[in-house]
Amino acid sequence: MLTGGLIVVASFIYVGLLFAIAAYGDKRADAGRSLIANPCIYALSLAVYCTSWTFYGSVGRAATGGMGFLSIYIGPTLMAALWWYLLRKMIRISKANRITSIADFVASRYGKSQILGGLVTIIAVVGVIPYIALQLKAISTSFSIILNYPGVAMPERIGSRFFLDDNTFYIAMLLAVFTILFGTRHLDATERHEGLVAAIAFESLVKLVAFVAVGLFVTYGMYDGFGDLFRRAAENPQLHALMALGGESGSYTAWASLTVLSMFAVMFLPRQFQVAVVENVDERHLNKAIWLFPLYLLAINVFVLPIALGGLLHFSSGGVDADTFVLTLPIAQAQPWIALLAFVGGLSAATGMVIVETIALSTMLCNDLVMPLLLRAAGARLAASRDLSQLLLGIRRGAIVGILMLGYLYFYLAGESYALVSIGLISFSAVAQFAPAIIGGLFWKGGNRRGAICGLSAGFVIWIYTLLLPAFAQSGWLPITFLSQGIFGIDLLKPQQLFGLNGLDEISHCLFWSMFFNVGLYVAISLLRAPDAAERSQASLFVDAHRQTPAAGSRFWRGSASMDELSTLLGRFLGPERARDALADYARQRGIRAPDALPADPLTVHHAESLLAGAIGSASARVMIASVVEEEPLDIGEVIHIIDEASQVLAYSRQLEQKSQELQAATNELRGANLRLQELDQLKDDFISTVTHELRTPLTSIRAFSEILLDNPALPQEQRDNFLSIIIRESERLTRLINQVLDLAKLESGNTVWQANAFDLREALEESLNAMSQVFQDNRLRVESHWPEDVAPIVADRDRVMQVLLNLLSNAAKFCTPGTGHVRVMLVHTPEALRVDVADNGPGICEQDQARIFDKFRQAGDTLTQKPTGSGLGLAISRQIIEHFGGRLWVVSEPGAGATFSFTLPCLGVLDDAQKP
Amino acid sequence: MPQRILIVEDDSNILILLNFLMTNSGYETRACSDGPGALKAAAEFLPHLVLLDIMLPGLNGYDVCRALRAAPAHAGTRIVILSAKGRDHEIAMAQASGADAYVTKPFSTRDVMSTVQRLLASP
Repeated sequence: MLTGGLIVVASFIYVGLLFAIAAYGDKRADAGRSLIANPCIYALSLAVYCTSWTFYGSVGRAATGGMGFLSIYIGPTLMAALWWYLLRKMIRISKANRITSIADFVASRYGKSQILGGLVTIIAVVGVIPYIALQLKAISTSFSIILNYPGVAMPERIGSRFFLDDNTFYIAMLLAVFTILFGTRHLDATERHEGLVAAIAFESLVKLVAFVAVGLFVTYGMYDGFGDLFRRAAENPQLHALMALGGESGSYTAWASLTVLSMFAVMFLPRQFQVAVVENVDERHLNKAIWLFPLYLLAINVFVLPIALGGLLHFSSGGVDADTFVLTLPIAQAQPWIALLAFVGGLSAATGMVIVETIALSTMLCNDLVMPLLLRAAGARLAASRDLSQLLLGIRRGAIVGILMLGYLYFYLAGESYALVSIGLISFSAVAQFAPAIIGGLFWKGGNRRGAICGLSAGFVIWIYTLLLPAFAQSGWLPITFLSQGIFGIDLLKPQQLFGLNGLDEISHCLFWSMFFNVGLYVAISLLRAPDAAERSQASLFVDAHRQTPAAGSRFWRGSASMDELSTLLGRFLGPERARDALADYARQRGIRAPDALPADPLTVHHAESLLAGAIGSASARVMIASVVEEEPLDIGEVIHIIDEASQVLAYSRQLEQKSQELQAATNELRGANLRLQELDQLKDDFISTVTHELRTPLTSIRAFSEILLDNPALPQEQRDNFLSIIIRESERLTRLINQVLDLAKLESGNTVWQANAFDLREALEESLNAMSQVFQDNRLRVESHWPEDVAPIVADRDRVMQVLLNLLSNAAKFCTPGTGHVRVMLVHTPEALRVDVADNGPGICEQDQARIFDKFRQAGDTLTQKPTGSGLGLAISRQIIEHFGGRLWVVSEPGAGATFSFTLPCLGVLDDAQKP
Repeated sequence: MPQRILIVEDDSNILILLNFLMTNSGYETRACSDGPGALKAAAEFLPHLVLLDIMLPGLNGYDVCRALRAAPAHAGTRIVILSAKGRDHEIAMAQASGADAYVTKPFSTRDVMSTVQRLLASP
């Protein structure tokens, strides 16, 4: 009654139902009433973790290893407890950066590195292909078995058949078509496949119902409940061992390593990342998934041991593979509908896994491997084409077909040699290699690109050497001596006892060594090399994801772009229409009316990059954006340069400030100089005015008296003589004045020709006293003079010094009261110089006049007495002369007690040769 | 009754010659050589005309001129300023301080006399 036709029809009806659900889900999504905006659906979609490996393989594993199968579900249950922190962070980062796959995630974390993206893709594809093969094997096996209904027979070896005769090949093809239809309707990989998720959730429900149904049938239909079943099993000593912990494959090491592996697998398998992160609608759904998903795992595992025990009891004679008990028990009990349900459940577990895994892998292959290579190889030609979105879709579809074909190939060549569980664990071990780079990248800013590349590569190589190659060896592709003797016969390199490590099962062994090198290199090289600026900015974006604003990524962007080029680029990869819509949306968000008015600033470029990242992955998006944006690369050196520039600017502004202060000072100085100039100008004016006055006064007398004499010929002789003598005196005064003005002008302009001879100052003093003796006598003045016996000669212009002496003596004579006047002249020898004092007992000079009398035309005088005769230039000239010869001229006086004028001149005894004038 | 002229001049020779010129022309003169003395002499002597030098000890010619102009007793007194500087701004200063005439040194005796006679002749 279960004919092949019926089974095929049932399968197609089931697949048709999935399509209907998917189509409905997409329709609801388009209408804005998302079907999957529901935490239960999210949790069910996460159960894509449970594949045919769970559906069939768990029973097989339980039948040989007892409770050991549970470790694969304990790991995810433990991991779920960490989701609130770990997965939520990954979701948040991925949403903010439009991350499309786990390869994109890793690449993006480490500075949008294309190499890392490609490496992760290769590891994922190579690692997961056996897993896909496993699903194909499950479908194919279960199909063969159910076709034999009502007989229970194991399928023949597949490898012996030509592939076109193998139904598995057609199953793979059908799955490819199905995946293409489901997964590549849209280009933007970050756009959720809502219908697909709904279908996957439905499949999770179907496989659970089917498995529980078989479990209930075995427990309660074939036996009389759990108690009965376990009692009977306990009676059998071999089966008894299955119900205890420990034992052959249940060693604690194996438990621990399988738990750890499955913890990583539930996070980092490409399909898990796809449903948990990329397809996540709302991070709050995690709240429910954290307990609902482990509950699902519990539910699907409750009947594993009963079915295994039931199978072992029922087929005690052997000959039936324990992996098939789920299907063969209903068949053996002649329960066609339960058998069909079990088949559909297995089919659903397998197809769900294959579809999601293939979509995830194809996205990675397209975005992180093919596109970067294409862009590198034919960047220019690609850039020229207008719309690349069809090319992208084509690549993805090709990748889907390619992956399934590879899966089939693996199944065809190696599938037979391993049980389901072992194949699955090989894949788990491969994706576990992502753990250090991802977990490190999420919590340690120091982790960098080189470290991640080295760690991943090393882990991958160890994985290949210790798990994949031995698998090939056991399939007969490699000589089996490879396993027993190691490569080149080197014992230390035996793939499953690497470096002499014994006593571990192959999975634990691989986990140990791969993690040892992976983590070790990741940490060591990260510590050795400083990350560049792009990595640094991405690192803080990831590590501080819970604290950051979405725009933070653009912080380090520098460069210039044109809006035209940006929108053309987007159009090329997203399709022109979608690009226009996306930009219009973005413009609205920023409160700009038209997309044309968008500024091509860092924010816009960042947004364009994230739009593009959704289509082609972050690393390629970065390359494409860089092709139209003249970005200036920002490495650490550049950052330092920027800081340098900043400090230079700072220094420069400090210099400027200093300069402006200097300028201010100079201005002040100039202002001061100007004031002094004005003063000098004023002084010059005053001087000229004074000279004029001093010249006009005697001229007035000369002219007027001459006219009087001329006009009055009858004047008495005495008066005539008086007038004439006035004329003569005033003429002399005029001459003297003119001479002195010229003399002073000469002194001040520096045009004076100075004589410099050694002479005895005593003689000069005596001579000048002799010259003045008549004046002293006329005024009845008493003169005293004192000088020492021995006087050092001085070097100076003797005539000029005489001029000074005469000036001082005549001043003294002038100010002394005739009769009582008294002039005292002294020559004093000080250690370095000779000093001459000329003291009188005249009226003295008041303090304020003492400085001024040395100015030109300034004369001290009592306003009530007659104005002193003289030009007022004498002292000014004397001071110039004395200062020229390195001496000093000053006055000491108290009003009423006379004045003492003194000058010094350096004498030869002390002056050394160099200082001689 | 001869008209009275006060001569204020600090250079003794010029004082002598002005005194000779004025007395020779029949005026009654009084001489003095500083500013404060000039004001005192003017108050006593009540001159019809003052010949006033600018560079004076104590109080300069302009100040003396202003002080005389401010005193009602000298309302009709003519003032002639004599200056050895003779610059434009000094002539302006002289006029501003109320002088009737300004004569620059060195002067011609005829000019001084004619200025004095003109001022004393006019009402």
